[in-house]
Amino acid sequence: MFEICADPKSLEGLTWLSCYLTSGKHMNMYWAFGTVLLLLAVTAPIAMLFGFFGAMAARSQFFVLRLIGKGYTGMVRGVPDIVFFLFFVIALDQGIEYLMHLVRCPDWTDPVRNGLEFRVCPQAKVPLNSAPQTVHQFYGFMLAVLTFALVFGAFAANVLYGAMQAVPRAQLETAEAYGLSQSQVFRRVLVPQMWVYALPGLSNLWLILIKATPLLFLLGVQDIVYWARELGSAKTQAFDYPHPDWRLYYFLALLVFYLAFTRVSEIVLNRISARLSKGQATAAGEAMRKAGI
Amino acid sequence: MKKLLTATALVALMAGGASAQQTVRMGTEGAYPPFNFINDSGEVDGFERELGDELCARAELTCEWVTTDWDSIIPNLQSGNYDTIIAGMNINEERSKIISFTQNYTPPAPSAYVGLTPDVDVEGGVIAAQVNTIQSGHIASAGATLLEFATPDETVAAVRNGEADAVFADKDYLAPIVAESGDALVFVGEDVVLGAGVGMGLRQSDTELRGKFDAAITSMKEDGTLNTLIKKWFGDDADVF
Repeated sequence: MFEICADPKSLEGLTWLSCYLTSGKHMNMYWAFGTVLLLLAVTAPIAMLFGFFGAMAARSQFFVLRLIGKGYTGMVRGVPDIVFFLFFVIALDQGIEYLMHLVRCPDWTDPVRNGLEFRVCPQAKVPLNSAPQTVHQFYGFMLAVLTFALVFGAFAANVLYGAMQAVPRAQLETAEAYGLSQSQVFRRVLVPQMWVYALPGLSNLWLILIKATPLLFLLGVQDIVYWARELGSAKTQAFDYPHPDWRLYYFLALLVFYLAFTRVSEIVLNRISARLSKGQATAAGEAMRKAGI
Repeated sequence: MKKLLTATALVALMAGGASAQQTVRMGTEGAYPPFNFINDSGEVDGFERELGDELCARAELTCEWVTTDWDSIIPNLQSGNYDTIIAGMNINEERSKIISFTQNYTPPAPSAYVGLTPDVDVEGGVIAAQVNTIQSGHIASAGATLLEFATPDETVAAVRNGEADAVFADKDYLAPIVAESGDALVFVGEDVVLGAGVGMGLRQSDTELRGKFDAAITSMKEDGTLNTLIKKWFGDDADVF
């Protein structure tokens, strides 16, 4: 990166350290922090959407929708995350490639499944073999987002379902008495009021989602835990910067990162909770009213 | 409008097919120096990187390097995440049942034990080895207690912190570690020759690709470039063809 780093083995002390910490491999790790944050930023809203529609479906008056909503939450919540991550992603990936195979290579005669092998025609690969590595990485990232969103959406659906049921009946009845239609009651009374009930559950989910990000490596995305292990492991003279086993320090850095991140999240969530409670027909809302906030 | 959209989508699907030329994705572990490792600029490097690039040049293929966990390196090949395994993988009977190998590109090499002191009991002690390797298979069938780890680095760390009495791995991997340990680590007991040398692993149905790589390896063996490469990465004393 810097000119003085051209010959790493002649360096010592702080210069060595600064060159070491700015090596290309370390840059990859710093980028991986970005990947994790981006994953959280993209996944959280999608999971909320899945959760919202899941909860709406579970409350629906139509039997089929109710079945889908309840089936979704029941299925995903009942399967260990790690199984879901291993099974679902492989199934989804192969499913997509199989469909592409049917479209692009209708004349292909070799079997797609051959013992343990799964082999579609080269044109059906997603992404194509010839695609640059960044496209492969992006595809892997999107699979990760979808899987995380599906899993956490199911939990969010249950939380939101509970929150919708928790809005006092009297509130809805009053709205109905004013002549609002069912969908107006839902949009204008139920949804604005349910968040205060949903927040404790959702904040739990958010913290669990943060802590679940190391599962990314299972999906082939090189996350910070992967890089910490890779960079921290003992390095011989074959490397530019030989060093003994430093995994402890790298994992300590991750510990600090995760603790700091969850702490900041907690502070933000507490503020949101206070704002949502204002003027609500809950104990917290009543306490705020009495205190004159 | 709808028809137009469908047509565009179909054309896009078809167009991708026409431009797909053969790019071979090379799967490696990136944690087994000097065979393969991630160098300090974050790229795959080592004996197999240099060898693989040369083989691809001779076979006139475009190659792309991919790293993956050792543990799932064979399943990921089978499900098509990459097309070859080039990761210091020894050719043996068990693996040949599920994937096919090219001819070997290193001669059958010794595996060795490394411990903290020369008097470690390698026959009855606790021996660390990487999971799914010929070495772990050897320990499992011998009398010692096997302690498996996901990465090669962890097997050596286990010996240093006393969790295991010795580590059993390819001597080529252990030699630089022992040399640089400042007498903390020593070779113990006799070397054992396992497997039939390191080769590239491919899907059994990929016979055409295997033929290309086989021919490229043969040509490198004939003109001596393979021996030069082995000496460069494993030292002048290394076994050559």
